[in-house]
Amino acid sequence: MKRAHALLLAAVLIAGGGGLMFLKVSRLGLPLLPGQTAPVWTVEARIEFDGNSRAAIVVLDIPDAPGEFVTLDELFVARGYGLNVESAKSDRRAEWSIRRAHGKQRLYYRIELAPSDEARLTDRASHAPPAPAKPDYVEPLASAVKDTLSEVRANSANIFTFVSQLLVQLNTAAPDGNIRIIRNNLDTASEEWVGRLIHVLAGARISARLVRGLVLDDRTSEPQLLSWLEVHNGTQWEGFNPQTGQRGFPDGFLRWSVGSRALLEVSDGRNAEVRFSSSRYAQSLTRVARDRAEATHAWLNDLLLFQLPVSTQNVYRVLLMVPLGALIVALMRTVVGVPTLGTFMPILVAIAFRETQLAWGIALFVLITSVGLSLRFYLERLRLLLVPRLCAVLSLVVLLMLAISLLSVKLGFAQGFSIALFPIIILTMAIEHMSVIWEESGGGAALKEGIGSLFVATLGYLVMTEPHLNHLMFLFPEILLLLLAVFVLLGRYTGYRMTEVLRFRDIVAAEDDVRPRS
Amino acid sequence: MFALARKLAAAGVVGLNQRNRDYIMARNPRHLYQRVDDKIATKKLALAAGIAVPELYGVVRNAHDARSFENLVEGRAGFVIKPAHGSGGKGILVITDRRRSRFIKADGALLTASDIEHHIHNVLGGIYSLGGHPDQAIIEYRVVFDTVFESVSYRGVPDIRVLVYRGVPAMAMLRLPTRASDGRANLHQGAVGAGIDLARGMTTLAVCRDHRISEHPDFGTPLTGLAIPGWDDLLILAAHCHALAPLGYLGVDIVLDAQLGPLILELNARPGLAIQIANGRGLQTILDAIDARGEPPPEPASRAALARAIFDATNAADGA
Repeated sequence: MKRAHALLLAAVLIAGGGGLMFLKVSRLGLPLLPGQTAPVWTVEARIEFDGNSRAAIVVLDIPDAPGEFVTLDELFVARGYGLNVESAKSDRRAEWSIRRAHGKQRLYYRIELAPSDEARLTDRASHAPPAPAKPDYVEPLASAVKDTLSEVRANSANIFTFVSQLLVQLNTAAPDGNIRIIRNNLDTASEEWVGRLIHVLAGARISARLVRGLVLDDRTSEPQLLSWLEVHNGTQWEGFNPQTGQRGFPDGFLRWSVGSRALLEVSDGRNAEVRFSSSRYAQSLTRVARDRAEATHAWLNDLLLFQLPVSTQNVYRVLLMVPLGALIVALMRTVVGVPTLGTFMPILVAIAFRETQLAWGIALFVLITSVGLSLRFYLERLRLLLVPRLCAVLSLVVLLMLAISLLSVKLGFAQGFSIALFPIIILTMAIEHMSVIWEESGGGAALKEGIGSLFVATLGYLVMTEPHLNHLMFLFPEILLLLLAVFVLLGRYTGYRMTEVLRFRDIVAAEDDVRPRS
Repeated sequence: MFALARKLAAAGVVGLNQRNRDYIMARNPRHLYQRVDDKIATKKLALAAGIAVPELYGVVRNAHDARSFENLVEGRAGFVIKPAHGSGGKGILVITDRRRSRFIKADGALLTASDIEHHIHNVLGGIYSLGGHPDQAIIEYRVVFDTVFESVSYRGVPDIRVLVYRGVPAMAMLRLPTRASDGRANLHQGAVGAGIDLARGMTTLAVCRDHRISEHPDFGTPLTGLAIPGWDDLLILAAHCHALAPLGYLGVDIVLDAQLGPLILELNARPGLAIQIANGRGLQTILDAIDARGEPPPEPASRAALARAIFDATNAADGA
């Protein structure tokens, strides 16, 4: 009954902690290992125009839902301009304005993007826009459109295959008369061509729109703006290559703007143009995941410690490691059977080692306890009452640490300063405890416990400063639930301690030889 | 290591983890601890139940009274000072005699009254006590032990630890002080532990610092085959102690006084496992056998009889 209960509790804790961890890894892309990097793109739009020495307003369409990316950061750089960012439904525009624009004007818009699988899935489905009214085409376009549409309609199943078919027809290498009329000698890579396609599709009452975007890849640092066709089938939008009729968007497609409204509008400026450049760099996966979580407003985001003030974060970086140290203590005491001075003294010493580094920490520990012990034995001869004697040892410990600090500065070591966190109270109690054991059970037993404590503290230190574990504990504090499960299970361990096996070995050794009977 | 662990498990050796969970936690209700952890309470309960204990000379409760301890031991040549909540034999000071204004410690050292006062202060401060809480100092009769063990104990008082499981004595050992243990009868301090044949009251084998020995490390006297006088009564007395504190897993420490016979020295709610080494066998089989008999009989005498029967039955089974 109790056994089942404990196992169930452990299973629930493991499922909870493991599940949360899995979600964080799969949904937010938090890395399990530290030091992993993810590509981050920086895309810059540079606007240039010649000012007319009058007030100028520059309006640039900027990405809203950038396709398979999430926006990590945006930056608007324009000296002397006022900035206003307007967001409409699927439309974001940056509006810069200046009272007087002299000569060459340069404005920059910079966006940082990280690839995201989640964004790719979500932004496509949307409400069906109203079907466009059938345009009044003029001859000869009217009959060319009518003939082509009815021809394509005959061998297509749904709106998307219809659009595909139509695009293949219109882009054929050997165009007939109708198609040539529709093509009208337009460049099939141009925005005008996509506009023409939207016009033709309206004849079949199909909603379509222009999507401008950039393809980000490593080969070019100056991506060209692509015009793409997007068609709605009544439930969702789908992209089509206006030159081939192929469905979908190219890999690495950054949706810059939607709709045929001009990308850049400059009032009272000449020679306005916008140029794009892109670069990729590696960013720490942790940072990317964190920014991505913030950008997508996932509820999991609320569980990340990055929300805390940095100073609090740093406290938790240490605090979250303490249960791991406790795990070492629990294992050492219940499974291995190492004797220690007090239950948590080794952890506190291990935390102190974080400040002093291991070798110094051990040296300090040995020095302080041995000098403290000799002082304690001296004080014993003075016959002092317990509490004042403890306080005296405490003061001596502090004095000793001060002496070490001063000496180390004199010798040019910096470590002397960082022993501040050394747990003086705990050390004092340890000295007292050791001296009692010394008197009662001899120096051997006292040294055994002292060395046992130091051993566990060293192990604890090594575990608590392990960078992988630090990284894991900070990103996934739910590991504490897993630890809790381990502690529940460990609490039910009734097997031997390793030191006990050695201690009891004479019992079975005797059974092997002669069994002495009286 | 694992092979050894398997062997131990096969021999029914109980480990600390198992003792804590399966026996202490399962059998010893927390609220009864007070009765055994506080030696003053134990003494009162024992007296009420008609069980013999060393006579209480007095209790020192605060630092001010420490100075007047001499009034409490007025006219007594020897006495013992121990913490009321001590554990593992810590903080026990044995005074065997006096010489003018000095006191003679068990190891022969001379102490002044202020030395003893200081010891009492330490006891009151709680350095020897469970959890380090402030404590009281008990001053009681010093047992003049039966001369039968004179040749096998160095100075201090040898005692007999009986492990009583659900009121039934399960295992027993004779604890003999050595020079290394400074006259104390605690095994982890270096005293000798000799396993006792529960049915016959004779020592079977002996260990010192977890290793098997056949002779006393200080005297070279044989340690096996020693007969314990009054064993029958002693076993019943141990079983009777279960009535003082109905702990399922109880350690009973008994001394043999030359004049007064067996006295209950103290009870222990967390008896150690060294008794298995001293007896050269695991506890598990015996405890299981006691469990298998169902509810133990109410009278201490029948429980002692049951203990003898089970000891022989399990011994035969183990030996087979």
